[in-house]
Amino acid sequence: MSAEAHHDAALVAHQFDDFEQQKNADSLGMWLFLATEVLFFGGLFCGYSLYRNLYFEAFTAGSHLIKVGYGAFYTALLICSSLTMALGVRAAQLRKQMSLNVYLVLTLIMGAAFVFIKLRYEWYGDYLEHLVPGVNFAPRGEALEVISRFHATVPHVALFFIFYFCMTGVHALHMVVGVGLLATLLIKNKLGELTKGNYNWVEIVGLYWHFVDIVWIFLFPLLYLIGGRY
Amino acid sequence: MHVHPKRFYVTVFVALLVFTAVTTAAAYVDLGRMNTVVALAIAVCKATLVVLFFMHLKEQTGMTRVVILAALLWLAVLIGITSSDVFTRGWSERGRPWQQSTVAPVSYSNPSP
Repeated sequence: MSAEAHHDAALVAHQFDDFEQQKNADSLGMWLFLATEVLFFGGLFCGYSLYRNLYFEAFTAGSHLIKVGYGAFYTALLICSSLTMALGVRAAQLRKQMSLNVYLVLTLIMGAAFVFIKLRYEWYGDYLEHLVPGVNFAPRGEALEVISRFHATVPHVALFFIFYFCMTGVHALHMVVGVGLLATLLIKNKLGELTKGNYNWVEIVGLYWHFVDIVWIFLFPLLYLIGGRY
Repeated sequence: MHVHPKRFYVTVFVALLVFTAVTTAAAYVDLGRMNTVVALAIAVCKATLVVLFFMHLKEQTGMTRVVILAALLWLAVLIGITSSDVFTRGWSERGRPWQQSTVAPVSYSNPSP
């Protein structure tokens, strides 16, 4: 079947010699974009690790003020969505329009659920606990006890929360973009454009989706776990 | 184009879930400084699994691999050089390691930027 795809002239844009070259160019373009994304998130990770070392106690206290359960749940959810995305790429390779549709819908639902739960429950919960810097940062009650237990100061815990909201916020924004890309793929699949042998569209959206998953794989331990729960 | 069997992706998926469970459990065990190391090591393992198998690193061209290596190299430059500056200024409470006997600790609340 791959030989057939390679000789299907209608799938190859005129600037490419053959399907293989076009596919490699598509992948290279997406990886190049992901390389810039590595540095984009890298700046945030770099800043995080510096300030965590400077204000160690405050970052530990801050980590105790967010809930591990949410972080672990998001991680599992994103890993599930990465699996359905990878199976979607496989379905596109095998030209199975129906199962590609199912996998794309599943991935989209999990991505949308991630963003919804984060905004509606986790961030809204933080807001109710007065933990949003610039909006209402004024820890009280239990939160204040945690901060004093770790001998941290309130402004430095605010710094942790600024990193927390920026990093998870930028990540959530990437999820929204990913959901948009999946919706585009769904429309293209309805028109039957993805299962004619040209699976590159699904492949490169998959690359993006897996990359966003990898960012979360690092955010989860850095924000939720580090600092010790024992 | 190489089509992997479904089993291939499901195996990677299960491994990723197991790593997630392990890293979460490890956070509840006191390993001292090793907690951070273990958490990051598991994260690196998970990211490697995703890049190798979900993102089909093996099937990418040499050109694409160079791009991936370049991304990691620049990330190392970004974090390495920034750290080498900040951590030799004695901003942390412990001061510069080689001056600990002579320099009084700088307060957390008042680092001199």
